[in-house]
Formats: sequence, C-alpha cells, structure tokens
Amino acid sequence: MTTASRGTGATSPGHGGGGPTPGRAAIAARTLRTDRWWLQPLLTVLALVAFVVYSSFRAFQNAYYFSEPYISPFYSPCLTTACEGDTFPKLFTGPDWISPAIYILVFPLGIRLTCYYYRKAYYRSFWLSPPACAVAEPHRRYTGETRFPLIGQNVHRYFLYAALVINAILFYDAVLAFRDETGEWGHMGLGTAILLVNAVLLFLYSLSCHSCRHIVGGRLNSFSRHPVRYRFWTVVSRLNARHMQYAWASLASVALADLYVFLLATGTISDLRFF
Amino acid sequence: MTEPGEPSIGGTDEGRGGGAGGGGGSGYDAAFRVWRGDASGGELQTFTVRVNEGEVVLDVIHRLQATQAGDLAVRWNCKAGKCGSCSAEVNGRPRLMCLTRMSTFAEDETVTVTPLRTFPVIRDLVTDVSYNYEKAAQVPAFTPRPRDPDGNHRMQQVDVERPQEFRKCIECWLCQDTCHVIRDHEDNKRAFAGPRFLIRLAELDMHPLDVVDRRDAAQDEFGLGYCNITKCCSEVCPEGIHLTDNGIIPLKERVVDRRFDPLTWLGSRIRRRPRD
Amino acid sequence: MEFEKHAYDVVVVGAGGAGLRAAIAAHEAGARTAVVCKSLLGKAHTVMAEGGIAAAMGNAYPEDDWRVHFRDTMRGGKMLNHWRMAQLHAQEAPDRVRELEDWGALFDRTPDGLISQRDFGGHRYARLAHVGDRTGLELIRTLQQRTVALGVDVYMECTVTRLLTDADGITGAFGYWRESGRFVAWEAPSVVLATGGIGKAYKVTSNSWEYTGDGHSLALAAGAGLVNMEFVQFHPTGMVWPPSVRGILVTESVRGDGGVLKNSSGNRFMFDYIPDFFRKETAETEDEADRWYDDKKNNRRPPELLPRDEVARAINSEVKAGRGSPHGGVFLDIASRRPAEYVRRRLPSMYHQFKELADVDITAEAMEVGPTCHYVMGGVEVDPDTAAASVPGLFAAGEVAGGMHGSNRLGGNSLSDLLVFGRRAGAAAAEHASKRTGVVALREEMLAEAARAALAPFEREGGENPYAVQSELQQTMHDLVGIIRTAPEMERALERIAVLRERVAALSVEGHRQYNPGWHLALDLPHLLAVSECIARAALAREESRGGHTRDDFPATDPDWGRTNLVCTRGPDGTVTLTRQPLPQMPPELAEVFEEQP
Repeated sequence: MTTASRGTGATSPGHGGGGPTPGRAAIAARTLRTDRWWLQPLLTVLALVAFVVYSSFRAFQNAYYFSEPYISPFYSPCLTTACEGDTFPKLFTGPDWISPAIYILVFPLGIRLTCYYYRKAYYRSFWLSPPACAVAEPHRRYTGETRFPLIGQNVHRYFLYAALVINAILFYDAVLAFRDETGEWGHMGLGTAILLVNAVLLFLYSLSCHSCRHIVGGRLNSFSRHPVRYRFWTVVSRLNARHMQYAWASLASVALADLYVFLLATGTISDLRFF
Repeated sequence: MTEPGEPSIGGTDEGRGGGAGGGGGSGYDAAFRVWRGDASGGELQTFTVRVNEGEVVLDVIHRLQATQAGDLAVRWNCKAGKCGSCSAEVNGRPRLMCLTRMSTFAEDETVTVTPLRTFPVIRDLVTDVSYNYEKAAQVPAFTPRPRDPDGNHRMQQVDVERPQEFRKCIECWLCQDTCHVIRDHEDNKRAFAGPRFLIRLAELDMHPLDVVDRRDAAQDEFGLGYCNITKCCSEVCPEGIHLTDNGIIPLKERVVDRRFDPLTWLGSRIRRRPRD
Repeated sequence: MEFEKHAYDVVVVGAGGAGLRAAIAAHEAGARTAVVCKSLLGKAHTVMAEGGIAAAMGNAYPEDDWRVHFRDTMRGGKMLNHWRMAQLHAQEAPDRVRELEDWGALFDRTPDGLISQRDFGGHRYARLAHVGDRTGLELIRTLQQRTVALGVDVYMECTVTRLLTDADGITGAFGYWRESGRFVAWEAPSVVLATGGIGKAYKVTSNSWEYTGDGHSLALAAGAGLVNMEFVQFHPTGMVWPPSVRGILVTESVRGDGGVLKNSSGNRFMFDYIPDFFRKETAETEDEADRWYDDKKNNRRPPELLPRDEVARAINSEVKAGRGSPHGGVFLDIASRRPAEYVRRRLPSMYHQFKELADVDITAEAMEVGPTCHYVMGGVEVDPDTAAASVPGLFAAGEVAGGMHGSNRLGGNSLSDLLVFGRRAGAAAAEHASKRTGVVALREEMLAEAARAALAPFEREGGENPYAVQSELQQTMHDLVGIIRTAPEMERALERIAVLRERVAALSVEGHRQYNPGWHLALDLPHLLAVSECIARAALAREESRGGHTRDDFPATDPDWGRTNLVCTRGPDGTVTLTRQPLPQMPPELAEVFEEQP
C-alpha cells in the first residue's frame, strides 16, 4: 500500500499507477493552419529589407543630405566639420571616407533593434522563431533572450533615453526649417511639414514604447499614491496600444523625409513653398 | 473586452475568425477530420456529421460521440467559455472548442480538430497537461502585508485593476500550447514556465498587498528570458488578456530594474526604499 | 485484485469552492488531506458563478448586519431553511470573504478601498462582494492557489464511485482514474462530500456535465438521508437561443444593473406577478422601480429582482400565455436602458458570452432568456455546526448538502454557503479523524465488489448506448418534474424512471477503459436515476407550492407543510423511502428578527 504523507502536494493529473510520460500526438504536418499565415512575415521581411537597403545606401552615400534649410534625418545631428549646413555644432573632424551618418547610426538602429515590437517582427519574419503562431520553427535549439547576445535586449531603455535626445534634435531641425535659404524666419515649405511630421511620429514612437510605459509609472504598485505618474502611465498606455502603428509610420516618415531632402539636393525637384 | 487605457494586441496578422460564411438554414452535413489515437500512435479520421444553426465545434464533437464514436475522448466542462477545459486545435489553431462557432467555416470546408500539440496525448483530443500544474506549484505563494487595525485590507480600484486582468485567466493552457518556446522545444519545459505563469508572476508582483519580490525567480527559475515576445499567447487568449503587453513585458522591465539597469539599481540603494 | 491505495485522515470529494475550502480547513487542522475531483483542478462548476458572495459586511450600507442577511435568507427560502444553518451562514460569511483577501483574491473596491458590494435579488441591502461578473472564477482560483500553496494532495480527473463503510461509519472511498480507467482506493476515517448538484438530470440546465448528483447518490447509498429534494431552483434567466447554448446562465446582475424583463408586446410583465408576501418591499410603478437604482433608501426594489422562483414562474406563465419571444423565452433588455460603455464595463463576461456564443450584441439588442435548471436546494441532511451527515465520518458541504436554503436559494448565498460550510466540514472532518479510534481498514471484498460493479457495462454486449438513456431521463424530468408539477405527471415520471433503471442495468459500452466518456456516463446514470427518483417522490408527496416547488394541483402554501421536512433514505433492498420530519424551530430571540419592519 502506498501512503501519501501529509503535504506532498502531489497534484496528480491522473497517471493511474505512474508509468513513463507518454509522447505527443503523432501529427506529421508542421502546421495544420489553412490560412495564409506566411503572408504577414513575408510582408515584414519585404518592408524591413527595403528600408535597410535604402537607408544603408543613403547612410554610406555621404552626399545629398542637406538642402537649405532641410537636413536629412539620417544625418542629424551632423557632428563633423565636414558636414553640410549648420544645424548642429560641429564637434570633431573625422576621416573623409566615413559618412557623418555612421556616428549616430547606432541610436536609431539601437532603439529599433531592441524595441519590443520590432523584436516580435524580426524574430518572427527573419529568424522564423516562430514564423507564425502554431507553425513549427526550423531551429533545433532555442534559448531566447537568456544569453549573449540577445540578453542585451534588456538595455532597451538606454536607447530610449538616447532616442529622446535625437528626437529633440530632429524637432529642432524642423524648427530651423521655418527659416528660408538665407536664414530669415517666417518660411515654411513642404519640407518643413515633412520634417515636422517626422519628428512628431518619432516622438510618438519613442513615448509609446514599453520601457517608457514602465518608467513613467508602470513600475509602481500603487497608482493611487502617485496620481500624477498614474496620469502619465494612462496616457502612455493609450499610446502603447498603437506602438506597432507608430513604429511603422515613423520608419516610413524617416525614409520619406530623407528621400525628399535627397530629391531637393540632387535638384530633381524643388521645394513646394507655402509662405 | 478592451478596457480603456489598455493596449490591445499588437499584431494584426492573426485576427479572430470573422462571422463570414456558413450558417443559415436548418443545417448541413460537414466534413470533420478528428485526430484519434494515443501516445503509441494515431491518425486523422474523417467523419461526415450534421451541423445545425448556431452550433460550435464542441457541439459537433459531442454529436460524433453520441452517434458515431461513443468512446471519442474529449475534455470539457461548462461549454460556455468560462472553465477553459475544451482546448484543442481547430484547423491548426489553438482554440476553445466551445467558443469556435461553426458559422466561421464555409459549409464545404473540412474542419480538422487535433489535440494540443505541446503536451503529451492521453487519448484522442485529451492531453496530459500536468506540466502546467507542476509549474503552478512552484510559484512562490502570495504573501500579504498585515491587515489594517479594523481587520480590513484597503486597496484602491485603480490599484487592483492591473492584476485583476490576469486573474481573468481561465487556465485553458492555450497560451502554453501555442508558445513556441515549449511547443517546438520539449527540452525547454524544464527551464521555462510558459506565458500563463509569467503573467501569474506579474500579477503577484503588481498585487497591492503582496510583499514578496519575485523578480529574480522570474528570471532564474521561471525562464522569463526565454520569452521572445512574439505574442502568440496574446493572440490565442480567449479571455482577451494582453499577456505580452500588460504582463510579460512589464515583468521584463521590472527585472531590468533589478538586474540590468545600473541607474535604477543605484537609485534604489541610495534612496533606501522599496520599489514604490 | 490489486489496487492503487492511499491513506489519509480526510478525503474531500469535489474541488469546487466547498471542497477546496474544506481541504484547506482540514489541512490547517493538522489532518492528512486529499482532494479527489472529476475534472482538472480549477474547472469546477463554481467558476460559473457570476454575481458575487453574499456577506453582510456593511461596506455599502452600514445598517446591514447578519440579522438582516439571516432574515432575507429565511424569507427567500420561505422559512423552510434550517434556522441554525442560515444563522451560521449569515454570521460567518463576512470573515470568510475577508480571509480570501489574505489568500490573494482581488475584489472590486469601494471609494474607501473596502470590498465593494452589489445588489442582488432578495437581498435587502447591496451585499454581494464581487469581481465584475466573474466572482466564481476569483473564488475558485484563490482557493486553488491556497490549496496548492499548502501542499494538499489533489487527485485530478478521478471519479469516486463508492463510499466504503463499516459498522462504525466511513472507512474510505473507491474510484477510478478517468485517464487510465484504473481503480484507486483511499482509506480514510472522514470523507467530505462537496460534489455539487444534480442539474444534468434536466434537459435545460446551467450546470456542467459534472452535476450528476453523484454526491447525493453516494451519501444515500452509504446510509445518509437526503432532505427536501423536491426543491429545485430554476434560474429565471438562461439563454434560449441558439439551441446549443440553451440553458447557459445569464447572470442576475443584468437585472441588478438595470436590465428589465419584457414580453413580446413590450410590457414589463413582472409588475403583474408581485406576490403578497413581497408586496411591501416591491415597487408598484415603473417610475419607482427605475428610481431605485439610484436611490435605494427611498424607493422599493423593481419586481425583476424578486427571488428567483417568483421570476422563473412569471416567465413560464408569460411564455405559456403566448407572449414569449420568438424562441420561447422573454426579452431581457439592458441595451435600451444603459449606455453601451456601462454594460461592457459592468457585465464584461455577459457581453463576451452573448457575442461569442450567440453572436448577439447585448449593448444593442435585447437578450432572449428563459428558465433553466440551476440549483438543488435539497441535499444531504447534515448537522448545521459540523456539516456531519448521519453516517459517522461522512460530511457534506455546498450544494450537495441540504437545509441551508430552505425551499429557494437567494442569489449570492451559494458562494458564501460554500465558504462557511466548507470550512466547518473540513474542520469537523479533521476532528472526527483524530478522534476515531481503532484501525480503519478497507475490506477486500468491498473493493472487489466495487470494481466488479464499475466494469459491468463492459461485460454486457449488444445493450443500449448510454447517451440515449441519459437524454430520455432528461426529457422526462424536464417535462414531468419541471417548474410546474402535477400528481399524474410525477406518477408517470416515476414509472418511466423505473423503466430507465432496468435499461441502465442492461446497457453496454464500447471501447476500453482509457478515457472513455461512454463508460463514464454509464457509471453516472445510476446516480442520476437515484436523485431523479428522490426529487419525483418528494415532489409528489409535498402537496403544496413553496419556493422551488410549484404544484399546479396545490397552488397554495400550506402552513403544516411549512413545518415539515421530507427525507429520502435508501432501504437495504435499494428502494427509496420517504419520511416526514418536523422542521427544527428557531429560538424566540431569533424569531424576533421577523417581527421588525422590512
């Protein structure tokens, strides 16, 4: 006779008499989903690859990134003495062959790479881990974000702090774009509007971030004792619900803003001037 | 079910089945493929079975049981989406059979019903979900602060609402089933507790009365780091709990406070006060 | 035969609210405790409870106290309740609710940070502690997590088919694992029954498949009595459409939060059905009823919130008179009375339930509802203070126990009943186990006989399918022993039950023992038949109408019957005998409560 002692806490699921753990149901198909589950990862790959190709080309091109009074967001803040225009203090002189975009690339790249939304997007679409829900992933082993390098995703909040600084600079760029070619205030063109919208979308993207939500109030356990931070948290939570949309919208607006400056700088088009 | 101020599910790629197609009229004969077998093997068997207006997949499975396959094993209880027993995979997607309306399928569509893939099968549609109960037993228990002198606990509604979301969980284990960390990697079951228990830890960590710090345990014993926030758990949840946005990510951020953020760590040292 | 065997001090059968609360109490009293349950842990029918836990905590209305709750409970039960159970229940419920908070429960709050309390039918004051409309889930999860934290052993998906006894009382229980079909026996001097109700004897019910009356039947077979089984509560508002969800509960909170019942011509017909017994405390005009939601002190309650038996009978009459909705119910309308946002916030699960199951948006259109078998007031006759049945070592708590709710249960009193008497049963079972002298042993021949009986359906060949028998029984009870009863119909029901019993003895099961639902049903059917017979016999004998028992041939309440309990017991030959017993009378100081103005 087996006698259970007091408090073994055996929550038995019903293995009468024990025995080895049986295996899973033998179903050969990788997935039995009948919908087009592959479409979403495919679109994500296409969109991200398009952006990476375009932005890499532009970042390394080291030309056509400034057209008075507009600077491309890929090149702002422009820190070297080789920079065109005077949107930001020139801090140092680098080798000619290094594009000034490279020095600041890490910040936008960092926040997007460690962003909780983009992680989902690229883990699914590029790493196929998993490609879609209830579709088997191709990898033999999986350790997630438990070890180097992916454990580094936990620094996301530091990229958030940096991104907020960069966003402020891009906003400053948009303000400067209310000057005309000669530096007189009171100008506004389509470029001004584009830079402004881009700066706003980038702020919405950064402020809607999960780390931001945590920092403004999410880490509290008692909202009632911190009513102001609770208000902040409520606002950021509302933005956070649309984090994915802001992520894509701001990605597109950055590329568009750059493209507009490129087209102006190459003389392909001229700025549409409102006043 | 979305409450104001809460983020909704981030992805748009996995919307719930809409109300299109099928239904109408007095009924039709549907083709069903149901996995039958046990741990030693099994196969998808095809049945033709009557479907009436307004029925759900579980009704059809019950009709099979009563008319064609008396010993078809299926686990169910309330048939109202409240107990979370009748979890299975319908056309490859983890669902509660009682909440999967037949009107979401076309009348000529073959409906495939299989057991949860992540757990060992017992028989037919019934799986051995003991993994979940073992993990539940490992969660450090709720430990309240003392009551107020008059014998009551006082908490404000705004403070209970966040953990209340996670207490809506009906433990249907669909999130555990869909989570690729264990679905595709049996060996991770030892180190990873699954989304259900990560939100349980989040619930306890956000509980206004609880005094235990479970952040280290979340990372070291329950495998929070294994989660790569691909959000399949949020997509399958029949209760609409935002597991990832409101539970797992905030828990990851709380762990960052303790383990990966030198400034916050320093701040908590200098100010010598708990996390509030 | 060799069986898996375990020894405990206390074995609790059932893991709903009462079972888990009993297990916690027994464990805390030092007993080696096991819980045996038919489903997975946390799936018990308690999760279906929506409204709340009735407890006179006075958080919403300081003037509320246990005496008022006691009086409401007794009046709701038409004074047929065991006064001592109603008293203990009203006195202890607030503490049982507060201790849930120590175990992690998160109730909705008042602005002061206390537990918020909501209005419910039959309760003088707002007193239901709640979490939205999923209070049962909160209760079961809290108790489940507490049970696991304490390390109580839980045997999941394991069905008890027999209680084992010797001359001194209980010696243990016998059952099978659903997964493997293998047998298991527990040796224990105390067994707590917490198996819930009998809803599956009826065709339209809010109850899950587990509610087969097995606890009632096990107690009967072990020698205990079942008291007042004729009182079956039909919840007035179950879903009626589509057919596959017929019977699923629509919580009373819909009415508590402003929903009203209308017939096909749009009338609030409940104003035509206010009984004299409740006339003083019920609104006479729609204006007064509508004002009550905002000003409860100066207005009387809407008639939609009369006790459940009154509302169920009224709906039944409206439908019979041809004023029903298209699918044979009436309309429950909150859409035209409250903003959509309010409905979604106050009644999230109801919104979800209608959307998912019926494709109906309750914020935009009226629901169709009708009566559904919901709860049995009758049950194992127990001692109020210890929940002990007449068989030494046998205890019963929750729905399986009788007496507490009289002839009709008030909404919200079920969850508090589970907690109060679950705890008392567990503690008393532990005490009994510690006092029982001598060796409790399982007799091999009893085990062998139990095993033989369980396997019998496999031995027979060419017999009937158990599903057919079950649906005939459900139809019989629905048609002949339903909301409105007459003597000839119940006599016919008893004849049919006798025939069904023979058919059950002959049915056969295909397949093997591993997770075989056909076999499980075949083993449940004798339980269903036993409780159905008790209900029909008691209902036939009680020649009056009271609470959950309405006789078309005896429409009035009879004061003599108001002092009489009906107790079913089983003779050695297996036949059910019915005896009349006097209802215990409350002491004068308690009776005074009823002389005050409501």
